[in-house]
Amino acid sequence: MSQASQDTAIRTGRVTRTLIYLVLLLFGLFYLLPLYVMLVNSVKPLEEITGGGMMNLPQVFTLEPWLKAWSSAQIGVDPTGLKPYFWNSIKMVVPAVIVSTILGALNGYVLTKWRFKYDTILFGLMLFACFIPFQIVLIPMARMLGLMGLAGTTWGLALVHVVYGIGFTTLYFRNYYAVFPTELIRAAQIDGAGFFQIFWRILLPSSGPIAVVSIIWQFTNIWNDFLFGASFADANSQPMTVALNNLVQSSTGVKEYNVHFAGAILAAMPTLLVYIVAGRYFVRGLMAGSVKG
Amino acid sequence: MASSADADFKTRLQNWIPKLVLSPSLAMMLVFVYGFILFSVYLSFTDSRILPTYGWVGWENYDKLWRLSHWEISLKNMGIFAGLYIVICTCIGLGLAIFLDQKIRGEGLLRPIYLYPMALSFIVTGTAWKWFLDPGIGLENVMQTWGWTSFEFDWIKNRDFAIYTVVLAAVWQTSGFVMAMFLAGLRGIDNEILRAAQMDGASNWNLYRRIIIPQLRPAFLSAFVILSHLAIKTFDLVIALTGGGPGRATELPATFMYSYTFTRNQMGIGAASATIMLMTIAAIMIPYLYAELREKR
Amino acid sequence: MGFLDIDNATKSYGAVEVLHKVDISVQEGEFLVLVGPSGCGKSTLLNMIAGLEEITSGEIRIKDQVMNGVHPSNRNIAMVFQSYALYPNMTVGQNITFGLEMHGVPKPEREKAMAEVAKLLQIEQLLDRKPGQLSGGQRQRVAMGRALVRNPDVFLFDEPLSNLDAKLRVDMRTEIKKLHQNLGTTIVYVTHDQIEAMTLSSRIAVMNGGYVQQLGTPQEIYDTPANIFVATFMGSPAMNVVPAKVVVLNGRPHAEVAVHDGSMTQLPFSQDNLAAWDGREILLGIRPETITDMDGADRKSSNIAQMGNRIVVTEPAGSDTFVSMQLGGRDVIARMRSDAEVAPGQDFTFAVNMEKAVAFDPESEMRITP
Repeated sequence: MSQASQDTAIRTGRVTRTLIYLVLLLFGLFYLLPLYVMLVNSVKPLEEITGGGMMNLPQVFTLEPWLKAWSSAQIGVDPTGLKPYFWNSIKMVVPAVIVSTILGALNGYVLTKWRFKYDTILFGLMLFACFIPFQIVLIPMARMLGLMGLAGTTWGLALVHVVYGIGFTTLYFRNYYAVFPTELIRAAQIDGAGFFQIFWRILLPSSGPIAVVSIIWQFTNIWNDFLFGASFADANSQPMTVALNNLVQSSTGVKEYNVHFAGAILAAMPTLLVYIVAGRYFVRGLMAGSVKG
Repeated sequence: MASSADADFKTRLQNWIPKLVLSPSLAMMLVFVYGFILFSVYLSFTDSRILPTYGWVGWENYDKLWRLSHWEISLKNMGIFAGLYIVICTCIGLGLAIFLDQKIRGEGLLRPIYLYPMALSFIVTGTAWKWFLDPGIGLENVMQTWGWTSFEFDWIKNRDFAIYTVVLAAVWQTSGFVMAMFLAGLRGIDNEILRAAQMDGASNWNLYRRIIIPQLRPAFLSAFVILSHLAIKTFDLVIALTGGGPGRATELPATFMYSYTFTRNQMGIGAASATIMLMTIAAIMIPYLYAELREKR
Repeated sequence: MGFLDIDNATKSYGAVEVLHKVDISVQEGEFLVLVGPSGCGKSTLLNMIAGLEEITSGEIRIKDQVMNGVHPSNRNIAMVFQSYALYPNMTVGQNITFGLEMHGVPKPEREKAMAEVAKLLQIEQLLDRKPGQLSGGQRQRVAMGRALVRNPDVFLFDEPLSNLDAKLRVDMRTEIKKLHQNLGTTIVYVTHDQIEAMTLSSRIAVMNGGYVQQLGTPQEIYDTPANIFVATFMGSPAMNVVPAKVVVLNGRPHAEVAVHDGSMTQLPFSQDNLAAWDGREILLGIRPETITDMDGADRKSSNIAQMGNRIVVTEPAGSDTFVSMQLGGRDVIARMRSDAEVAPGQDFTFAVNMEKAVAFDPESEMRITP
C-alpha cells in the first residue's frame, strides 16, 4: 500500500482520536503485561514476589534465578537446569526446519509448475493434514516410532515435525510459486535446463522471501510444540517446552517463581529473537505470497 | 502419432522427475496422516487399553464415552471456551485493526507489541498467566498489598470461573494475530470506494458498517476457521495454566484424550474422543478448503 | 516438404478439441505470422512447435525430423516470450548465455557468442545489469539476444511487442523486420495485432476458433479474404460488409444496395462469374479506402462506380478523414483524403472502386470465388 493512497477518506474528530489512542495504548499495556511480569520477577529474590511485590521493579537485582533455571534447577529427577533440554530442542528444530522447508519448496514447485492430474486433490489432502487435531495420530505414531527404533529420541521427534510440517511449507511455497511467471520456466526449458537446474538456478534465487516465512513458521511451531514432545520424548530427549512445564508444575519443595519466570523467558527467547530480528520479513514474505496479480 | 513411446529419453525423464520428487512427501502424508487416522478410528472400535489390541467391540467405546461425566464436562468447557475465544478474539482483532488503520502515529511500534505473543509457546503463556493470576502471589495479592484489602480475584482457583482464565490467556496470545489478518483486509480495500461513499454522505459509522466491514468477509471467514481449529486443538495452554483443574473445571477434549490414552490406559475411549475431535474439525475445514481450492483454479 | 512442417496437428484438452488439423508448411527463411483474436489457438500452436505443449495427434517436423515428444531444448528452436521471461536473478549477460551453458558450450565460446549478439543488438553496455534495471525496450532486446545467441533453426515469437508502448512498438517492429532481412532466419510469430501481421510477415495464417481460416501472403489475405472473418479481422477500419442483391444489367452483374433513404443503387462487379448469382442475396465487402470522393478515386482502377449517399458523421484523423454513411441498412465507413470537402448531413457522390470489392455467400460466409 502506498502512503499516498493511505491518505484517505476516513477523518476522525479530536475526541475520537484521543479515545482511539487511549484504547490502543491500553491494549499495548495488556499485551506487554505478562512480559513485564516475567522480566521483572526473573531478576528479583523470591521473597520480593511472595511478599506481594510482583508488579514492582526489583529492589535487589539478581541473576541468580536465571543461572538456576539454566543450569541447576530440579527438572524431573535431576538438578540439571534447562540447559540440556534447550540443546535437545535445538537438535530437534534445526534438522526438522531444514528438511521440511526443502521438501515444501520442491512440492510447491512441482504442484505449480509441473501440473498433472489430481494435483489439486493432492494439495487439498496435504492442506487438510495441517489442520488435523494431532490427537488422532498420537497412538499410531507412538507405535511407529517404536517400530522404527526412534522412540524417545530427538531424531524421532524431528521426523514427526517434518511429517506434520510439510503441509504448511508446501502451502507457502505453492502460493508463492503460483504467481511466479510460468514463462520463465518455459524459457529455461527451451534453454535446456532440467527439473533441478530450473529449481536451483531460476526458482530458488527468487525464493528468499517465502523461505524466510517457511523457516520462521516452522521454527516457531516446532520450538513451541508441547504435545509431541510430551508424548514421544523420554527423559533424555525432552524439548524445552516439556522441561519448562515440568519445572513449573513440580510439586516438591518451595515454588521458586523467579526461577520459573526466568525459565519461561529462556524457553521464549529463541522464538522471540527470531520474531524481533525477522518478523518484518515474515509479514513481507506472507504478503508477497498472497497478493495475487 | 504422438505417444510417449516416441518421446526422447530426456523428455520422459523430465516427466517422471516431478512425480518422483513429490512421492516421499506423498508417501509420508498417506501413511503418517491418513493411514494413522484410519488406524486411530479403527482402534476406537476395539478393546485397546494400555496397548493397541484388536478385539472388535463395535460402538461400545463411543457409548461409554458419551456416558462419562468427564467427557461431558470437557465438551461443555469446549463450548464455553471456543465460543468466547472466537468471539472475543474477532472483536478485539477487528477493533484494533480499525483503530490502527486511522493513520496512527506509532503504528510501527504498536503492531509488533500486539503480535509478539503469537511467537511464544503456550507453555510460556500459561506459566506467565498462571502466576500472575494466582491469588497467593499474583494480582490479588498485589492489590491487597497496595491497600485494596477487599480485592478478590481467585478465578484460576475457582471451579466456576477457571475456564474463563483459559479464555483470557488464549485471547491474549492470538488476538493480535487476528488483528493482523483484519488489518491486511482493511489495507486491501480500494480507497476510491471509500471516497465515493463519503461523497454520498456516509458517516464514519455507516462507512464501516455498510461498506468496509461487509468487504472483510474473507478475513472473517479465515479468522473463524483458524480460531475454531486452534480452539479444538487447545491442549498445552490448559496443561500449563491449570492442568485441567481445579478438579476437572478446565478439562477440554484434547486433555481428555491425552489423559484417557496415556495415563488412564483407556486407549479405545481415547481414540474415540480423538475421532470425534477430528470429525468436528473436518466439518469446518473441508467445506472451507474445498471452496478455497476451487476458487484458485 | 518445407523447413518446418505442421502436419494435421490437433490439440485437445480432454474431450475439448482446441486446435483442429492444422496444416502449414514453412519454407526456410520465411516469416510466418499466426494472427487471430485471443483464444483462437495461435499460442497453443506456437507452444506445440516449441514442445511446451504436447501434440494430441498429427506431426510437427523441423528439417524433416519429427519433433513430437522431443524435449524443447533439443529442437534447436528459440523463443521470445510476451513477458520476455528474463531470469530476474541473473545479469543480462548470464541471461543470454544460460541456454549455451545448459547445452555445455565452453565458457570462451559463450563469451564470444554473447559479445557478437550484444553488438548486433547494441546492448553491450547492459550486459552487467539485472533485468529489473532495464526499460521495456531494452528487455525486449535482451530477450531477442537470448534467442539469437543459440543460432536456432526456427525462431518463435509469442506476442513479443504487446507489452511495449505504442511508439516503441513501431520501432521494435522495424527492428525485428531488419533483423529478419539481415539474418534470413525462419520465424514463426504470434500476434493479435493485424498491423504487425501485415507489416512483418512473408505469409500470414489467420486463425479463429482453432481453425486456420486462411493462409497466404499479406496481399492475398487483404485483397481476397477467404471468408467474412478474415475480411473483417484484417484491416483497420474493418472491411464494410453489407447485404446486397445480385442483379444482371446489360449482361453484367451488379450489386444492388439500399442507400440512406431506402432507394436502391447498383454497383457493377468486376467479376463476371457473379452473374450466376442473379437475383440472389449476397454480402458485399468493400474496404473503407475504396470508397472515396471522385477526385480521390484510384486512377488505375478500371471499375469506379458512382454512388449518391448522405454523410452521417465525419471524423478527421489528420492524414485521412473517415466518413460514415448508411448502406444496406448498416453503418459503412469510407476513408477519404484529409482535404475532401465533406460535412455531416451532406448528400455526396462517392466513388466506389468496385475492382477491389468482394462478394460473400451469406450462408457459408465464404468468399464467392471465380
